[in-house]
Amino acid sequence: MSTKTSEQLEAEAQHLLASFEGKELTRKERLAIPQQEMPAQDPNERRFTMSEVTYGYSEAQARVEAARCLQCKNAPCIEGCPVRINIPAFIQAIEDREYNQSISIIRETNILPAICGRVCPQENQCQEACTVGKVFKDPMQSVSIGRLERFVADRARASAGQDAPAVKPETGKRVAVIGTGPASITVAADLRREGHAVTMLEAFHRPGGVMVYGIPEFRLPKAIVDEEIETLKHMGVEIRTNFLVGRTRKLKDLIAKDGFDAIFIGSGAGLPKFLGIEGENLVGVFSANEYLTRSNMMKAYDRERADTPIFQPRKVAVFGGGNVAMDAARTAVRLGAEEVNVIYRRTRTEMPARVEEVDHAEEEGVRFHFLRSPKRILGDERGRVVGIECLSYELGEPDDSGRRRPVVIPDSESVIEVDTALVSIGNDSHPLITQTTPELETNKWGNIITDDTGRTSMERVYAGGDIVLGAATVILAMGEGRKAADSIHRELSGT
Amino acid sequence: MNRILAKQQLSEHVFRIRVEAPLIAEEREPGQFVIIQLDSNFGERIPLTIADADQAEGSVTLIFQAVGRTTRRLAELREGDEIANLLGPLGRPTEIRRFGRVVAVGGGIGVAPLFPILQALKEAGNHVTAIIGARTRELVILEDEVRAVADELIVCTDDGSYGRKALVTKPLEEVCSAEPAPDLAVAIGPPVMMKFCVETVRPYDIPVMVSLNTIMVDGTGMCGGCRVTVGGETKFVCIDGPEFDGREVEFDNMLKRLDAYREQEQQALENCKIEEMHR
Ligand SMILES: Cc1cc2nc3c(=O)[nH]c(=O)nc-3n(C[C@H](O)[C@H](O)[C@H](O)COP(=O)(O)OP(=O)(O)OC[C@H]3O[C@@H](n4cnc5c(N)ncnc54)[C@H](O)[C@@H]3O)c2cc1C
Ligand SMILES: Cc1cc2nc3c(=O)[nH]c(=O)nc-3n(C[C@H](O)[C@H](O)[C@H](O)COP(=O)(O)OP(=O)(O)OC[C@H]3O[C@@H](n4cnc5c(N)ncnc54)[C@H](O)[C@@H]3O)c2cc1C
Ligand code: SF4
Ligand code: SF4
Ligand code: FES
Repeated sequence: MSTKTSEQLEAEAQHLLASFEGKELTRKERLAIPQQEMPAQDPNERRFTMSEVTYGYSEAQARVEAARCLQCKNAPCIEGCPVRINIPAFIQAIEDREYNQSISIIRETNILPAICGRVCPQENQCQEACTVGKVFKDPMQSVSIGRLERFVADRARASAGQDAPAVKPETGKRVAVIGTGPASITVAADLRREGHAVTMLEAFHRPGGVMVYGIPEFRLPKAIVDEEIETLKHMGVEIRTNFLVGRTRKLKDLIAKDGFDAIFIGSGAGLPKFLGIEGENLVGVFSANEYLTRSNMMKAYDRERADTPIFQPRKVAVFGGGNVAMDAARTAVRLGAEEVNVIYRRTRTEMPARVEEVDHAEEEGVRFHFLRSPKRILGDERGRVVGIECLSYELGEPDDSGRRRPVVIPDSESVIEVDTALVSIGNDSHPLITQTTPELETNKWGNIITDDTGRTSMERVYAGGDIVLGAATVILAMGEGRKAADSIHRELSGT
Repeated sequence: MNRILAKQQLSEHVFRIRVEAPLIAEEREPGQFVIIQLDSNFGERIPLTIADADQAEGSVTLIFQAVGRTTRRLAELREGDEIANLLGPLGRPTEIRRFGRVVAVGGGIGVAPLFPILQALKEAGNHVTAIIGARTRELVILEDEVRAVADELIVCTDDGSYGRKALVTKPLEEVCSAEPAPDLAVAIGPPVMMKFCVETVRPYDIPVMVSLNTIMVDGTGMCGGCRVTVGGETKFVCIDGPEFDGREVEFDNMLKRLDAYREQEQQALENCKIEEMHR
């Protein structure tokens, strides 16, 4: 947890930099450099604002952090990154102050670095594999690859703006890309670059997928997503909002009537799960999706200007332990809740949320109740939430996966008084396209089945991202998109 | 995009607009609705039923009652103005087939969503008895249109200023108890009216189709804000509905959920009235 101000962190970095500038550092010296803390807004201030929590590294901090990289020959970090960024190379370029080169290296494989640098669960990906983290036996001590990626990406954004990638001559082929999340953005960019005409079809009035309606402004400024969308437009990608495939047009008709040569489905995992417990339809119970959409996309936090209302919380219970739960909890804090309780069935170590988000939530005063799970939601005569009844658990024997399963403790009911409950126990795949397209094969969770090139059971139709993987991550969705774009291009160009 | 081609005032607070929307006009079926938003940044998304469509012109007709901030602003738009965002057609289409005899109740603004369903039921060869009700004479809408489609029409007002002085449940009861009995009842209107229509029909063991008007955000199945309990299960009105067999709907819970934002809506309405006064 950061207790230092940006100025203090900057002074320390400058000091360190001066101490080794121009010197050839040994492995031991590199390992002795302290990890650079991320400058962040003061927790007491940020509770009242939607603006971004972290400020990003200064140049000095980035150069110090880059010096921690050992430039490992085998570079295990690359294996940990789903899109295989050449991590040591881009970090070396930072050390050499060749920032343009650094961003070019990253862009070779990742078109959304400013986003991934912010939201990737690095401790489970690139940084989990990092040698430095291994030396300290703690992935949180690894080289801060994500923060460095963000640094170069932000710097490129600030200096040159975004230069749209070159587009090859028109091929005359037309592709419809459903959805505008990270999977779809990747497909659109890759295929447009090859000269295919690309039309993106988005149900919402605003493109960006979960990155605009789900992940809050304080974690991912919407301006960054908008820039990426603008880049696509500059490349000549057409974006049609307010277009719900399955209703505005049936999937099959996109080929039969509208003459698209191929389709990519990137419709995401947008169906909120509920617990199926008593009281779940009381007034004051919301899916995290609804709560976050009202706040992020509909801007309901801006009570002066927004027309969309949002429930005014006083005491809140959030069910779940993932990123979505953290976002819901921290949004409730910012909307003025006096008390926010996260109820999670396992313990802190099993929480799927990014470690940084859990830390930030805690700094902002969110309370955690581990080994607890809601049994029912209690309401008053007006049908409004007044509390939740929880059961307590203890960790039992390890199951097949080696994780110790939570086992309920009999008669352990207790009540937490709340007026708002936010359900964030995950999302299932968006059902509309599959419901209206019986030809598409799905698995028992409703995810579209594809082969390893992204091809579905329907001819010319490809899919990727959360609709295939189940709720996953931005970077995995992009990886899927890249794969599908590659096979679509091969099909269209007959190679 | 989404230009208002024609606008007409049907009663003090009820308006009919025809909006450019070629794709929606082509695909829509009776029972479906759209979601509109008047401002892409700060506007609210609200659902409105597609009352009619003209494929040749590429337009849909919406009939709405100015009740709150968004519908009042919509009422202020003129021919030639544009609606920033229009998404649809949403929801499952009505199940239209030959049921035999149908009794259909439309209350207040509910006559608007009922009308395309009546048209389709009639075309499918049903005998249709329509009952339309309103608080008072000025609020009776689409009477001529319904009369042209239905085999029989009963109009009633709460205050007796027009047609019969009765609540719609009265003639509904009479139609249900007469011979030959209807094979299907339809009730669309304010939630309380639908609730009482369902109770009126229940003893006769006839399915009673209602169209639920819950609060919605996305209208695509993503938020769960529109959920209702139907037959003991949670359903999303925007993708599983909007029509359900009313006998299975838990109206009391739905009514409470509709009130979730009452105070904020009242405040918005007040602000809206003040704005209008200053203009
Ligand atoms: C609150 C929240 C926080 C998260 N935090 C993180 C994080 O910190 N790090 C991380 O890596 N991942 C995070 N994730 C997960 C990540 O956002 C998703 O894995 C990723 O966005 C999936 O991308 P996608 O392209 O598959 O689809 P999505 O981003 O889900 O986009 C799908 C798009 O398709 C549109 N659509 C759906 N159906 C239709 C249709 N029929 N017609 C037209 N359009 C349609 C939707 O409106 C949406 O815009 C988070 C998710 C949520 C909800
Ligand atoms: C599937 C569907 C179809 C609909 N079709 C039509 C239609 O064809 N014509 C039409 O006039 N309306 C229709 N409605 C209702 C319409 O969406 C609401 O009137 C509208 O959302 C009100 O928005 P507002 O901002 O003007 O008012 P708000 O400020 O949101 O509300 C003003 C007042 O209206 C009440 N209210 C809010 N939402 C609803 C609602 N969904 N149902 C009933 N009362 C509500 C509030 O309690 C409040 O007292 C439909 C609703 C649904 C779900
Ligand atoms: S894209 Fe994500 S996983 Fe890959 S290097 Fe960047 S932060 Fe790490
Ligand atoms: S594993 Fe860590 S130290 Fe080694 S090259 Fe990658 S980032 Fe640098
Ligand atoms: S309106 Fe969001 S799920 Fe129905």
